[in-house]
Amino acid sequence: MAAPLVQRFPPPQFTETGHQLPTLTGSASRAVALDYLDLGVLLFALALATWLVLRRRSRSGLMALSVFSLLYFGFWRKGCVCSIGSIQNITQAIFDSGYAIPLTVLAFGVVPLVFALFFGRVFCAAVCPHGAFQDLMLLRPITTPLWLEYGLRIFAYLYLGLAVVCAATGGGYIICEYDPFVSIFRLSGSLTMILMGAVFLLGSIFIGRPYCRFLCPYGVLLGLASSVSCRRATVTPNTCLKCRRCEDVCPFNALNNATPKTDSLAPAPTNKTRAGWLLAVSAILLVGGIWLGGLAGTGLARRHRTEKLAERVHLEASGVAQGTTAATAIFYAEGTPPEKLYAEAHALVDRYVLAGRLCGAWIGLVVALKLITLAWRPRRPEFETDAVRCVACARCFTYCPQEQKRRQTPDAESDGLEQWNGGESTMGVMECWSTGVLQRNFATPGAQQVLESREITPSSVPGCASAAPTSASSLLM
Amino acid sequence: MNRRGFLDGVVRVAGLLGLGGLAGRLLHRAQAAHTVWQIDPWKCTACGKCATACVLELSAAKCVQFYDICGYCDFCTGYFEPQPNKLSTGAENQLCPTGAIIRKFIEDPYYEYSINEPLCIGCGKCVKGCTLFGNGSFHLQIKHDRCLNCNECSIAIACPAEAIHRVPASTPYLFKTLEGKK
Repeated sequence: MAAPLVQRFPPPQFTETGHQLPTLTGSASRAVALDYLDLGVLLFALALATWLVLRRRSRSGLMALSVFSLLYFGFWRKGCVCSIGSIQNITQAIFDSGYAIPLTVLAFGVVPLVFALFFGRVFCAAVCPHGAFQDLMLLRPITTPLWLEYGLRIFAYLYLGLAVVCAATGGGYIICEYDPFVSIFRLSGSLTMILMGAVFLLGSIFIGRPYCRFLCPYGVLLGLASSVSCRRATVTPNTCLKCRRCEDVCPFNALNNATPKTDSLAPAPTNKTRAGWLLAVSAILLVGGIWLGGLAGTGLARRHRTEKLAERVHLEASGVAQGTTAATAIFYAEGTPPEKLYAEAHALVDRYVLAGRLCGAWIGLVVALKLITLAWRPRRPEFETDAVRCVACARCFTYCPQEQKRRQTPDAESDGLEQWNGGESTMGVMECWSTGVLQRNFATPGAQQVLESREITPSSVPGCASAAPTSASSLLM
Repeated sequence: MNRRGFLDGVVRVAGLLGLGGLAGRLLHRAQAAHTVWQIDPWKCTACGKCATACVLELSAAKCVQFYDICGYCDFCTGYFEPQPNKLSTGAENQLCPTGAIIRKFIEDPYYEYSINEPLCIGCGKCVKGCTLFGNGSFHLQIKHDRCLNCNECSIAIACPAEAIHRVPASTPYLFKTLEGKK
């Protein structure tokens, strides 16, 4: 059908009526200026989020910005273009010299990373519509055990690897294809994707940001950038009292405990055998990753249309498959020799195997490094946000007694909207604050002591008559 | 400055340089003007995937009529079933499953066919009929008032003819022309 225009029937001569042919016009596409508006909104939202996290330290401000981002980047712009997906455009632009990346997409990919290099994951805090959506849904947070947290987080690294492999080899944009939220933003999509979106949204009522923590490939990059940032969200504006409230309130396992004073502990064991084992395991992980990656590469190649077509043509040629598909019919009509297609497909599979091996090596490296860092014992004088995992949601700010004190001091920068319990905050109430699960003791500023025991009841704390039974979740919002 | 802070600073600067270098390398190939998805009518085989593969429930791809090359036939092979009972507007005679083509008498023996866009589902049945047996004035195009301009077009993935590509937004349509295929 792809033939020059043949007019089998001559155009009519309207001699009687003199009928004029209507002209064919199409509705214009979205104005280019609006693309730059998106970029402007992104920059503004990032700057605002940075200010809210680092200067204003305002959870309610971040929530308001989250709602805005969800509405603008999510429901208004239908989730496209997004920074998460832009990884693939950038990858394709690197590997495919024929592909011209749109400027806005490039900026959407690079700008949040630059912000993360300086200010931590402020993009995740309230600018990304995916993060905002899940964060706003988080009503009844449950804690994930750390082993599960670390285990599941590997999927994000894996997803990043696979997405880069697919985008680099022309195998499509899997992040966009399997995005759980975009069908909700568009209010249309395949049943599977809508169900997946619903599962993620319902899950995020209990599990803090499941997509961000366990899948988001951009979160991996932001986490890496954030780990060397100059400034990032800090729990306390002052000295840490080690009251452990922040640890309780963080739904993302993103708080690192202060380490007890070393003199109270035996010196950290210097275990040479363990170091040897770790190195051996790392080597095995790397080799295994490369081997598995090669296998996965062959499988991934089947996603590519050339490989699909070659397989089908081969099946038809060998008589296993009967009849033609739309794609093979077009291929036969073009008259390309099948050998040329097979050669192309072979080269493609080779590329995929190489890319798969690199991806496997990446995953092996990630797991090995995680194991090695788990064996480290960093000295940490205070409770602090984890540079990689913290998404700067600002929940811990409001819970820090030092932050409460700062807000009550008249000369301090005060956030009137966020007065503890509607402004009736007293240290007494906070001392007796109960999570509903654990009774906690909060050291007073003078005491400066770490109370390791978790079995302290409110009555055992001097000056605390009764516990205020407030559930953590109701305070969260 | 402690050792940790210094190392962080070094990595940060390296990261910045890396990002800057990457952006700079890609910038000279980047497009200032944005692009939109469009169907090349000369490659399109009217396979019908446009109707179902779009992320929108009602596809962004719709049929357009290029009047300049239309033969204004009485027996339009894009409008009628292969063996119609009668050349009338009866639904049983129409190829279009949603009755989205308007047939209007102009003068003997000419009829004008135009698309009732809200009804069109982009199945391409009329396109196939017109292209195989007629002048090929019906063709599918992605309508930009509907298209969400997804990062990756799901019709483009499904298209067996690889007929869907990004085109500059300043010329968002690839209408057929009298000169034929370029």
